[in-house]
Amino acid sequence: MDLVAVLALEVLFAIASLALISAGLAVIFGMMRVVNLAHGEFLMLGGYAAIIATNSGINIWISMLIVAPLVVAAIGVIVERLLIRFLYGRMVDTMLATWGLSLFFIGLVTTIFGNTTRGISSPLGGATVGDYKIGLYKLFIIGVTVVLLAAVYLVLRRTKLGLIARGTMQNANMASALGISPDKVYAITFAIGAGLSGLAGALLAPLTGIVPTIGIAYIAKSFITVIGGGAAILTGTISASTLFGTINQLVTFQSSPVFGEVALLVAAVILLRLLPQGITGRFFRRSM
Amino acid sequence: MRLDADNIGLIVAAVGGLALLFGLPLVVELFTLLQFTVYIVMAILALSLALIWGFGGILCFGQAVFFGLGAYAYTIAVFNIGESTVPVLLSIVVPAAFAAALGYFMFYGRLSDVYMGVVTLVVTLIFFSFMNHTAGEEYRIGASRLGGFNGIPAIPPINMPGDPGRVLWPEEMYYVAMGSLTAIYIGLRLLLRSHFGRVIVAIRENETRAELLGYDVRLHKLLIFSIGGAIAGLAGCLFANWNAFVDPTVFGLGQTAQIIIWVIVGGLGTLIGPVIGAMLLQYITTWLGTVEVANSSLVMGAILVVFVLLVPRGLVPTLQLLWQKLRGGRSDPGIVATPREAVESGDD
Repeated sequence: MDLVAVLALEVLFAIASLALISAGLAVIFGMMRVVNLAHGEFLMLGGYAAIIATNSGINIWISMLIVAPLVVAAIGVIVERLLIRFLYGRMVDTMLATWGLSLFFIGLVTTIFGNTTRGISSPLGGATVGDYKIGLYKLFIIGVTVVLLAAVYLVLRRTKLGLIARGTMQNANMASALGISPDKVYAITFAIGAGLSGLAGALLAPLTGIVPTIGIAYIAKSFITVIGGGAAILTGTISASTLFGTINQLVTFQSSPVFGEVALLVAAVILLRLLPQGITGRFFRRSM
Repeated sequence: MRLDADNIGLIVAAVGGLALLFGLPLVVELFTLLQFTVYIVMAILALSLALIWGFGGILCFGQAVFFGLGAYAYTIAVFNIGESTVPVLLSIVVPAAFAAALGYFMFYGRLSDVYMGVVTLVVTLIFFSFMNHTAGEEYRIGASRLGGFNGIPAIPPINMPGDPGRVLWPEEMYYVAMGSLTAIYIGLRLLLRSHFGRVIVAIRENETRAELLGYDVRLHKLLIFSIGGAIAGLAGCLFANWNAFVDPTVFGLGQTAQIIIWVIVGGLGTLIGPVIGAMLLQYITTWLGTVEVANSSLVMGAILVVFVLLVPRGLVPTLQLLWQKLRGGRSDPGIVATPREAVESGDD
């Protein structure tokens, strides 16, 4: 029974961390159709921001929940203004340019901070469930993910900003005719996506430690989650994370983490063969 | 054979290739020749992507998979067999077969360009992380351990077919590599002139149109993808020989990114461009490694961004256009077409 509870927690955590690392990409790729291959590096920069802020004396919660998202959102604005805005609608060029950007960030961070693992110890400690010990921090991440997804939903659905953003993504010319500056909306939306990625990177940093190349570990998983999810970004991200997270964790439990990852990626490739439009291309079509 | 521009180009390529093949060993030292051998191997790898992306219109982020599969197939087979003829063949067949299987998923699933990019990227990562974790004693194929992140050292070099005692000298490896490059280049030029090649380009230009004309788009893409996989596999085999060592970085994202950068910099939609791009950038990477002024991935990333934004056609087509402007002649529609735009307009 305890084992089942612990396993369930691990599965929940796998789902939550998938949703967490994909949330920023769901906004940037799912909404804006910008194929951001530097997404992993946004997560990496968020992790570095949190660790450096913590090590220089700022409270760990402030540096994770506030400093990291703000830093990465600022980087997002710079990237959008200098690079992405020339490439809207040119998907393949966007892919190539953001891949270049990803290499550039890896090189830059390696030059500045060196090619070594840095970390901070994860806060909150542990608790025991029967014979097993669980990290409370994992529970915290599950909670944050739920709150974050709810917040994204509310912002998109209930606020004027969300309405404007969705409208602009659907028809930029119409939005422009109605007196909204699409340039500004794109920049803000991109920054929000980048900020979400920064937050995710920061939250996971205490668990994983951080190296300049850590983005590589995230990029494929977040892309297949968003693509596997399909057109409705929130429902899609949640349903795809649930599917892939469960597969990953169960296979990991049966064999090893490597096979868990491999199973996740193989499942994603098969899913795309069966449902090229993603899960929400077939099910939950009217959701958001 | 008529003497039109295309045939003249072929003759120039053949003569140039042969001149380099026999001339270079006479003028440079062995060390330079060895350096050159690896540039040539990378040029072969660049050609494989130049074919499937530049002419087939298939954006593949997984070219490193075929390269790595070729390297590992040769290595594992040569340890098991002890003679290199069959392993060399395997290093071509295994990646081609894998490309066919992967291509079946992608082309018969009718994945769009972007999804195809992501799927190939995912496959690259699967191989990379899987091969990294095969360090244990239990991961072995026949007499060869997989070695995981430690790699496989002391790979036996290619020998004369049928005579395992007579292995090729490094200088002879140069002849093999340069000969392969010349042969593949000319072979691809001829392939692209054939009926099959023209259908491939027609598909790149407009998939629906080609399909309505009665061509099986999926099958053609599958075939060209497999040919690309085979060429990349041969490059992997030659690389394993040159290096006498393979490790999972051959499957890495860095490797895959490099190939794409070579093609972009050299010029998409040409064959000679990626060859030049590969050699030039390999030279720059080696040089950066020696002088240590900047991290090479930082420089490569910057080069990629700059080329996508400012020189989207790549070096060779841009120079061709400039040359034509200088001569004031009519522009040749063949080189004005930029495949990347054509691909995209068909996509959305």
